[in-house]
Amino acid sequence: MAVLLIAEHNNKELRPFTLNAATAASQIDAEVHAVIIGQNSESAAKKLSELPVVKKVISIEAPHYENFTAENFAPAIVKLAENYSHIVCSANTFGKNLMPRVAAHLDTSQVSDIIKVISPDTFLRPIYAGNAFATVKTNDAKKCVTIRPTSFEPCESSGGTATIEKGEAGEEFTNTKFIKREEIKSDRPELGTARIVVSGGRGMQSGDNFKLITEVADKLGAAIGASRAAVDAGYISNDHQVGQTGKVVVPDLYIAIGISGAIQHLAGMKESKVIVAINKDGEAPIFSVADYGLEADLFEALPQFMEELNKLNTIQK
Amino acid sequence: MKILVAVKRVIDYNVQIRVKEDSSGVVTDNVKMSTNPPDDNAIEEAVKIKEAGKATEIVAITVGEEKAQETVRKALAVGADKGIHVKTGGVLEPLAVSKIIQKIVEKEKPDLVFMGKQAIDDDCNQTGQMLSALLNWPQATFASKIKVKDNTLEVTREIDEGLETVEINIPAIVTCDLRLNEPRYASLPNIMKAKKKPIEEINVSDLGIDITPRVQQLKVEEPPKRKAGIKVANVAELVQKLKNEAKVI
Repeated sequence: MAVLLIAEHNNKELRPFTLNAATAASQIDAEVHAVIIGQNSESAAKKLSELPVVKKVISIEAPHYENFTAENFAPAIVKLAENYSHIVCSANTFGKNLMPRVAAHLDTSQVSDIIKVISPDTFLRPIYAGNAFATVKTNDAKKCVTIRPTSFEPCESSGGTATIEKGEAGEEFTNTKFIKREEIKSDRPELGTARIVVSGGRGMQSGDNFKLITEVADKLGAAIGASRAAVDAGYISNDHQVGQTGKVVVPDLYIAIGISGAIQHLAGMKESKVIVAINKDGEAPIFSVADYGLEADLFEALPQFMEELNKLNTIQK
Repeated sequence: MKILVAVKRVIDYNVQIRVKEDSSGVVTDNVKMSTNPPDDNAIEEAVKIKEAGKATEIVAITVGEEKAQETVRKALAVGADKGIHVKTGGVLEPLAVSKIIQKIVEKEKPDLVFMGKQAIDDDCNQTGQMLSALLNWPQATFASKIKVKDNTLEVTREIDEGLETVEINIPAIVTCDLRLNEPRYASLPNIMKAKKKPIEEINVSDLGIDITPRVQQLKVEEPPKRKAGIKVANVAELVQKLKNEAKVI
């Protein structure tokens, strides 16, 4: 039986992690079908049909799907599930919110946040904030799996010509009402997919001081991250949080500034290719994962860092 | 209004996790255990709602072995009125836990169920959503702000793109983010008082549900270790290394 991928989108475009989830789905079984649920989402459905790994698209539209409420989505997916062996989506806040609702309706024990497909029923997943890796085998006939997007490459986004079928909408769940979404718009790369991430922690001491981070990020074309301490202190908004309960990032370069390196933070960034730590406490745990550590006062180091960057003739973007 | 709060006993968040040599799991013997951190936020929020006069009773529930009861006792010490301990041994999956709590919800008839958004041991992030599905109740996950209205809750949810606000009709499930509030410490007099509060013990076998695990844990391993890096002397050296050695800028 085929794999059903749940597409994440904003009714106009696919969200980037749909491509990573499609890769994971195709590693489970070559026959990947994708469902897209929304309202006026034709253009996103079209883009989904162009992913070469997707063999068929099922598009379900209704006004009550406009805001992606899990209570509305789950029954529509459950209805499709009988034709599929696996249901797959990203383990980001979209998939985390939705998939367990689907799994419970199907009486299936979900496998969350896998980082590797070992076989169609066996997966590798981090537990304890990534301090241990568990190999798990699910014995459920229907398998609900969420995938860690940064552990799978995005699939090709063009060249496919899957058919788009209309699916049947389910009833509206009237006990949940969407009020609003406040998305933080930025011209910077998305934190989850950025090549370089510059992150600040409690050591920044204020939201105002985060402008030092912003300058460096702008210079490097980087996304801005933060530790939970910095978000809790109100220095920066929650969508920047990297860690066990925030986002997981795997950039080519991660620069941790004024971050001590609690295990909960390391869980979100220690797979980065190159890690730089700038901290005045030489004993800070962040140095144990850093490729390059600089023991220094960040308020002196950051202006110097800008100066040195300005001296370079070229900077990779 | 009655609030049921689910709490889980986990390895304390400050403990360095060690994997067992036989790859069967992680070491839990002689390791400090605590309440799952966002479950503390769930209790705190329930207590605040009661203090504001909007709830009349808070019931704390845990599912697990004998010692799991410590988490319920702690919840009683910070303001829960009554405890429930569903006794089980062995591996418990979120699906099984949500089926157990569903049974308790049918018996206790709470208006709200609160719990942490994820447990820091298995990092599954499933139980609240599964329980909502089984009860066909609304779910507000990853809550960082809760406003109690007449028959609804207005909940601000932390999502990857920023914040989302939903209004959910009661009865409902809320899973709590760490930013929802600042959990209080139990005072010594309240810890003493909590010892007199009732904890109902229920054997899972009396609930008549199948909690057999569906997912086998084949092995647990240490993650690959990062090679130790170097300390650089100054910013100029750092930039030179990033440019010429790591070639990332």
